[in-house]
Amino acid sequence: MALAQDLVTPAAPGNGIVPEKVRDGIDLEINGEHYRHTGDPQMPLLWYLRDVLRLTGTKYARETGADLVLLNGKAVSAIAQPMVKLAGKSVITVEGLAANDGGLHPVQQAFIDEDAIGCGYCTPGWLIAAVDLLKRKPRPTDDDLDQLPNLCRCGCQTRVRRAIKRVAAGKVGPA
Amino acid sequence: MNERITHDGIRLSRRRFLQVLAGGAGVLMVGIRTARAVDAPLPPALLGDNFYDLGAYVRIDGDGNVLIGARDPDTGTGVATSLPRIIADELDADWTRVSVVPLGLGVSDNNGQPRWDYGRQIGGTGGSIPAAWNDLRQMGALARWLLLQAAARQLGVQADRLRCDSGTVIAPDGRRLGYGSLAESAGKIALPNNPPPLKAPDRYRLIGQPAGDVDARGIVTGQTPFAIDHFYGDALVAVLVHCPWPDGTLANLDATDAMAVKGVLKVLQLKPEPGQPLGHTVIAPAVAVLAEDTWSALQGRQKLKLEWKPGASGSESSAALEQQADALLNGKTEPTSRVRNDGDFDAAGRKAARRVQATYYQPWLAHATAEPMNCLVRLDKDHASVVVPTQAPQKAWAVVQRLTGLGPAQIEIKVPRVGGGYGRRLDHDYVAEAVMLAKAVDKPVRLLWTHGQDLEHDYYGCGSVHQLSAVMDRKRQLTGWNQRMASASALARRGVPDNRLWTSELDADQLPAALVPNYRSDWYALNTAIPRGPMRGMPHLGNAFAVQSFIDEIAQSMKEDPLDTQLRLLGPSRQLPLSAGGVLDTGRLIKVLKLVADRIEWKNWLHSVNGLGIACWHLNGAYVAHAIEVAMQGERLIIQRVVCAVDVGRVINPQGLEGQVAGATLDALSNALNLAITFKDGQIQQHHPKDYPLATMAQLPDAVEVIVVPNDDLPPAGASFLAMPTAAPALANAVFRATAVRVRRLPLMKELLRLL
Repeated sequence: MALAQDLVTPAAPGNGIVPEKVRDGIDLEINGEHYRHTGDPQMPLLWYLRDVLRLTGTKYARETGADLVLLNGKAVSAIAQPMVKLAGKSVITVEGLAANDGGLHPVQQAFIDEDAIGCGYCTPGWLIAAVDLLKRKPRPTDDDLDQLPNLCRCGCQTRVRRAIKRVAAGKVGPA
Repeated sequence: MNERITHDGIRLSRRRFLQVLAGGAGVLMVGIRTARAVDAPLPPALLGDNFYDLGAYVRIDGDGNVLIGARDPDTGTGVATSLPRIIADELDADWTRVSVVPLGLGVSDNNGQPRWDYGRQIGGTGGSIPAAWNDLRQMGALARWLLLQAAARQLGVQADRLRCDSGTVIAPDGRRLGYGSLAESAGKIALPNNPPPLKAPDRYRLIGQPAGDVDARGIVTGQTPFAIDHFYGDALVAVLVHCPWPDGTLANLDATDAMAVKGVLKVLQLKPEPGQPLGHTVIAPAVAVLAEDTWSALQGRQKLKLEWKPGASGSESSAALEQQADALLNGKTEPTSRVRNDGDFDAAGRKAARRVQATYYQPWLAHATAEPMNCLVRLDKDHASVVVPTQAPQKAWAVVQRLTGLGPAQIEIKVPRVGGGYGRRLDHDYVAEAVMLAKAVDKPVRLLWTHGQDLEHDYYGCGSVHQLSAVMDRKRQLTGWNQRMASASALARRGVPDNRLWTSELDADQLPAALVPNYRSDWYALNTAIPRGPMRGMPHLGNAFAVQSFIDEIAQSMKEDPLDTQLRLLGPSRQLPLSAGGVLDTGRLIKVLKLVADRIEWKNWLHSVNGLGIACWHLNGAYVAHAIEVAMQGERLIIQRVVCAVDVGRVINPQGLEGQVAGATLDALSNALNLAITFKDGQIQQHHPKDYPLATMAQLPDAVEVIVVPNDDLPPAGASFLAMPTAAPALANAVFRATAVRVRRLPLMKELLRLL
């Protein structure tokens, strides 16, 4: 390989293309953008999102599920994901749920419609969990909703339940 | 939680001046200042456009957009929505053109003393809406008055012939002027000598109408920043390990491995300052790891090698404290405080035909906020910038001021949306920690606790033991009631005199005071080094659990329907004077009780296979009742239905109120089902959120049916914890009907499974 590398590193062709070796790092996609992490491979995704990218919608609070993100479409705890495991993967955070034109995801709109918000700190986690659930079960039962991993001390659960049912019933958006 | 606890040292002058602050060109700004008698109306001042520096409550731009400042920290109580709507209604603003910004602390320098520019600024104690009803309506009314005067000049019509509607002044001939076009000239109108009149209630357009949270869109898109989401580029991240004993000491520290972690820059010690009241200094000795980023800091924290030595409290346990309480309540010692003594309970007892007695146990509780303790501090020579999740920014200011010696107006405190408070953020130990560390490293510091630390180092809601006795005459009327209670006061070590320590532990007017002719209430003080402080719903949680369970037991002893017992105790509709002022309106209590009973179909109480339970309470001039239906499936308790009725007087935001009532109900059920803090060998035994399991979706009811009693003739009472006290007793009473097991000790699930 080294020989091949050497062979294909000739002088610059003169059209502005600068030859560059592949650097070390972990390539991943976050909310549709490409990133390369070159720091500690064991750094949890949560701190990469919050400290490095300043994407602070994903919260520090694993037990409440406030740190949930979609990893290749599946809800996972961001603090439990070391960056080294994320090479080539795609992450969606709460900031990435809305469309590029700012149009809200139906789950986001339903949370607004039902005012399914307490202090709001754990809300991003509920949204991610709801998106994940609705993808697996477009018409979730109350028992399905009982399986959501999130916790909320403000007591927003009954309103969250209404919001998710509203999406499932296709009744999103102000009447 | 109680205003008496939270107000210490912050007494506000009732004399205030309304103030107009002419902003940049074409902007009207209206604010409020506390003032001394010598103050003349202040000259117009030019204020910056930075929202956090907004010096006024109301700002109207030339294009008609209205910016309204939210004074009180919003910890999930909805005050960032309801308080600005009170102003907006008086202003006749178009709500769709209103933006709300959190004000942060309003403080200016009054000869070296702080002057609180926005008056009272406390969130999550039930006092925000009642206070706003008194002073914030005037903000909107003044701005509206100024706009009307400006319009009168422009239109050549007398102001009292004009009317306002949704951001527009309308003349009798139909001419219309938008507020935006009037803002500049309104800013130049001389202030009235007296506050302008307030709107007639029949003209309210926003008050009483439902409104969603103003931050909802920002929250669901991850854009609304909490304090924990704020950064300074050069700030060091500080994480701590606290001593397991509040009065312990550091015996040995080896930071070699911690310092070897890439990114870790410093390891420092912190100690509580002697002589400072609880909540004003570090909560326990601690070692801090300061690093370039959170991950490095947390790794460094794990690599610290620490040995702690216990202090005098090293042998304390919650079990021993409870035994001490039982011994006091069963003994003959005089109480620490006789809280109330109507008639003669002993004499009533001698004449009684029947006597009932029972003892109830409320466990210790932790705050367990979603957003952990954190604080961002930047200290410059003549300025401090602090971003902090606090419920009481004036108290945070006091801690920063003491530790920095800066002048009142040199300290800036930003309070973004707060990730839960429940009383924890009325104390500011974590602010003291961040300021001490920023001073030590001469750099900005971003302090972060883990959720485990939040559990292990809290100002806990104190556990309590309640021994209740009731006596009845031959006609089954309650003639005497004796409550003996023991707890460790939440006001101890906070500069409160000994004879007032009971005030955080029980309410002299709590049910059934004023309803039973011979009523005695005694409080016994317990002592422990475990810190206590204000806790959402306390002291009503333990007291209502005991009293409302006990009434159910009295009914059972007389083979009576507990609703009948409740109603007989309440008697006819009437107003009874309360010792703290105000009245107990039994009619309002009867109404909420009957409403929940009707909704849950109480007539099925006797024959239903499911269990039905009911409870009612009153606090701070508001009334609440719960009715709950449960079923047992093996060892699984299913809460089938929960109905809650409240009467809070006038309702500002019915949608917000429903959210608070449902939320408080679920929070109280979560407490009642699962939660307890215990300590042994002087150390808290719950180290991780898993050890303090908030209720899951599966444990909680699918819905809370909220009934709001319309009562617009009375001013609004606070509701942030109103619906907490009755949830646990209604649940325990329902469980008794379903299982024949009487749970007198919370948390309920553990006790129920033990007794089944």
